[in-house]
Amino acid sequence: MKDHFHTPLRQTPFHPRTSALNRLNQWGAWAGYTTALAFDDEAMEYTAIRNGASLYDLCPMVKYRITGPDAAAYLNRLTIRNAAKLSVGGVHYTVWCDDAGKVLDDGTLFRHGAEDFMLCCQERHLPWLLDSATGYEVQVREVTEEVAALSLQGPCSAAVLQAAGFDMCNLRPFRMAKLGFEGVEITISRTGFTGDLGYEIWATPAQALPLWDALMRAGAPWGIRPIGTSALNLARIEAGFIITNMDFIPADQAVREDRARSPFELSLDWMIDWEKGHFTGRRALLAEKARGSSWALVGLDIEGNVSAEGSLIYHNRKTEVGHVTAAAWSPATKRNIALAQVRRPHHTGDTLWVEVYALRELQYHKLMLRAHVTERPFFAPARRRATPPGAF
Amino acid sequence: MPSCDAIIIGGGTNGLACAARLAASGRRVTVLEAAPAMGGGASTVEFAPGYRVSGLAHLVLNLDPRVVQGMDLARHGLGYATTNLATTALSATGDHLRLDGPFGAHAPGLSEADRAAWAALRSRLLAFARVLAPFNAMAPPRIARRAGNDTLRLAKLGLGVRALGKEEFREFLRMILINVADVLEDDLTDDRLRGALAFDATLGAWLGPRSPNSLILLLNRLAGAQGALAVPQGGMGAVAGAMTRAATAAGVALRCGAKVARVLVTGDAASGVMLDTGEELHAPLVISAINPRVTFQRLVGPQHLDAGFFTRTGHIRSRGGAAKLHLALKGLPDFRGADPTTRLVIAPSVGVVENAFNAVKYAEVPDAPVMEVILPSAHGTGMAPDGCHSLSAIVQFAPHAPENPDAARAQMLEAALRQLEAHAPGLRGLILHAELLMPYDIAAKFGMEGGNWHHGELAVEQMLFLRPLPEAAQYATPLPGLWLAGAGSHPGGGISGAAGWNAADRIIKVLK
Ligand SMILES: Cc1cc2nc3c(=O)[nH]c(=O)nc-3n(C[C@H](O)[C@H](O)[C@H](O)COP(=O)(O)OP(=O)(O)OC[C@H]3O[C@@H](n4cnc5c(N)ncnc54)[C@H](O)[C@@H]3O)c2cc1C
Repeated sequence: MKDHFHTPLRQTPFHPRTSALNRLNQWGAWAGYTTALAFDDEAMEYTAIRNGASLYDLCPMVKYRITGPDAAAYLNRLTIRNAAKLSVGGVHYTVWCDDAGKVLDDGTLFRHGAEDFMLCCQERHLPWLLDSATGYEVQVREVTEEVAALSLQGPCSAAVLQAAGFDMCNLRPFRMAKLGFEGVEITISRTGFTGDLGYEIWATPAQALPLWDALMRAGAPWGIRPIGTSALNLARIEAGFIITNMDFIPADQAVREDRARSPFELSLDWMIDWEKGHFTGRRALLAEKARGSSWALVGLDIEGNVSAEGSLIYHNRKTEVGHVTAAAWSPATKRNIALAQVRRPHHTGDTLWVEVYALRELQYHKLMLRAHVTERPFFAPARRRATPPGAF
Repeated sequence: MPSCDAIIIGGGTNGLACAARLAASGRRVTVLEAAPAMGGGASTVEFAPGYRVSGLAHLVLNLDPRVVQGMDLARHGLGYATTNLATTALSATGDHLRLDGPFGAHAPGLSEADRAAWAALRSRLLAFARVLAPFNAMAPPRIARRAGNDTLRLAKLGLGVRALGKEEFREFLRMILINVADVLEDDLTDDRLRGALAFDATLGAWLGPRSPNSLILLLNRLAGAQGALAVPQGGMGAVAGAMTRAATAAGVALRCGAKVARVLVTGDAASGVMLDTGEELHAPLVISAINPRVTFQRLVGPQHLDAGFFTRTGHIRSRGGAAKLHLALKGLPDFRGADPTTRLVIAPSVGVVENAFNAVKYAEVPDAPVMEVILPSAHGTGMAPDGCHSLSAIVQFAPHAPENPDAARAQMLEAALRQLEAHAPGLRGLILHAELLMPYDIAAKFGMEGGNWHHGELAVEQMLFLRPLPEAAQYATPLPGLWLAGAGSHPGGGISGAAGWNAADRIIKVLK
């Protein structure tokens, strides 16, 4: 008899540590796992990301291993970017679409070998990935449970790794290295979701607890902290990163016809490689390019300091032209920032207003706030790219 | 260097019709046919020394009048042994029911009550078929804004449906998706008539008479020539011969023994084809008049198509349930007095047809298959040695993917011969040679996926703008420069040429 239904949410391999440290007992569901939203102080956790070192449990991230002689050709047909151009040991951000050119998900693609890739994303896509594999000599396997992953982010993250015995000084952004940990291979990539200096460490579930302990021990002098999803979310908004099912809905989950978005509409069209040959959605995207798109995803700088989460956006205070998908008062930039979907052509002009309902002692106050379209990322410190990283 | 303006893959009746129509528009057209002769399902073969039959299709029931006139097939040698073939609904006791004239216009053998009921049902079904027929002679409309639909024509057809009158229109809506068994059992009592009509409705389908939506297939069959059946002089090869001569006269280049292995793609458009010999031919227009599933899955391949579309091309349902039986007989079989120049139908009741279908749901051979028998040698000379006879039968239902194909073929042959012997005692003693083509044999020989009559099941969910798939329903495909023109497209199969003609019309309209 199966009894999996007794535990609708699974625990990650780091759970023995994260549960012991979670003083607030704040948990959230992420892709079928229970994960910490905050451990003891959200502000201090955010501060660790920006000023020290932070450790985040990445295990629920959905991971696929794609191997075989046609792996690169397969990924080129699947995704909009050119996977063949990604060199071994490299990582790139990418997106894949349905036939209509609407985005199914975004993710990071890791090239472990000429014929060996790992694709990480937010949602599960095995049926689509397998359908796309017909006619290609390629194996696609979900490996989410076989990988235990941690994200070590913050200006001191390189120093922490060094102290733990992993010298990553020469690792450039979007590159990865393989090294040994207690006799078993692990992978460290210079990637992350904070827009800061940071690394992601990919190990096996058996290595999870020793790895956690080693990093926490090595990081103690830099005030390393485990962080929850709330602090990470603030950092990623500052970095201007989008999240599937928060900033856009995957085309295969959208029920309403007008909800799906194309790469143009998420401002991700810069990744499209029109020259690499056919890929799923290419003809629809070519037609959209000629016809013009309906939406744009933009960064907003909003007057005042009230976060505009979930707000509607108006043109000249009157016509509704969009909505905020993520927003926060940004401690790093001291600005009131937001990510928003705005109907074209209003994404360029300076006519946007945000209607915010501010809750003040159980009573909403309606505010009409001026919003300026602004560059993303909102926060982009030079240290995120410097190689070797600065000594903090 | 392009070899011509358009390459047509497959020289079946649809490929030839499309070629002739395009040539008439001033284009240089090449037809590539894998087999040693043109015609596909339209052929006459000598299956035993001196014995000839139509190799697959044996009756003309929906040859498109646009093709007949546009290609002037009569001038190019198409003649008929009969254009008004009668049907005998056989009874194992000799109590046959003869149906004369198109779609059983006269059936004196019926009881008086049934005669009146049949007259009413028959004229109603023919009226419905008349309303549907014009849709077969045009590209299916698309459900989308600005889809380039021929709105004026559609409006006229819509008016045609309304012209049935309020009551008949309501009947039309009630019956359009119903199963044929219910209709027959509501209106008629004669099992012989009900059985024959249930047989006709499900001929070439992968449905039984009690399956939903089986009536519309009967209407589709009647949409051709209002139910008139014809036997070409010299077998179905005569149709292929006349079409071949007409196409040649129109300037079409025809190549037999040229099997296309791949569609070539340059940039993002079809640019020609490669034969299995490696030879390449180039043209800005590539038209596939072969099976759509094969076209996308094997000739084009996934790398030039979107994943969703490509996956669905692999799911086009294409199960065939019709087997083809050929017998060389040393004498004339006696079907208990039935006229051997009629179409002999063994389908004694709706239940027998339904039971014959039940077996194939489980990939099994039915004990008592139903069938339509023609004796070509009774219709004209040259089909069998003097005093001898050839027999051609379509036998249903045969499993398309049984566990053991050879055993199933042997079992099916035995079941068919048992049925024949029961209706024509002594027939088995006359057999000199027997050949049975199971659906998988037909698939291998004619390239019909699953051996399906229509190159993809003709069923409500694969009709009109859904045929073969919404993205390719108007003959253009998602791959620019590649078009479809075979029976797998609207309006489906039969020795007709309608799909090929419609495709050519569409190409001429779009690529003016
Ligand atoms: C058992 C059975 C009985 C039938 N009886 C009748 C009947 O009595 N009356 C009737 O009207 N219809 C009948 N049909 C249906 C009819 O035969 C088909 O619907 C009709 O032949 C379809 O015409 P088409 O031109 O689209 O395709 P086809 O006739 O199948 O022609 C396609 C052609 O393409 C060629 N080809 C395939 N692959 C390639 C390639 N790669 N390169 C080059 N050439 C290729 C094939 O050799 C073939 O000649 C019957 C079908 C079956 C299965």
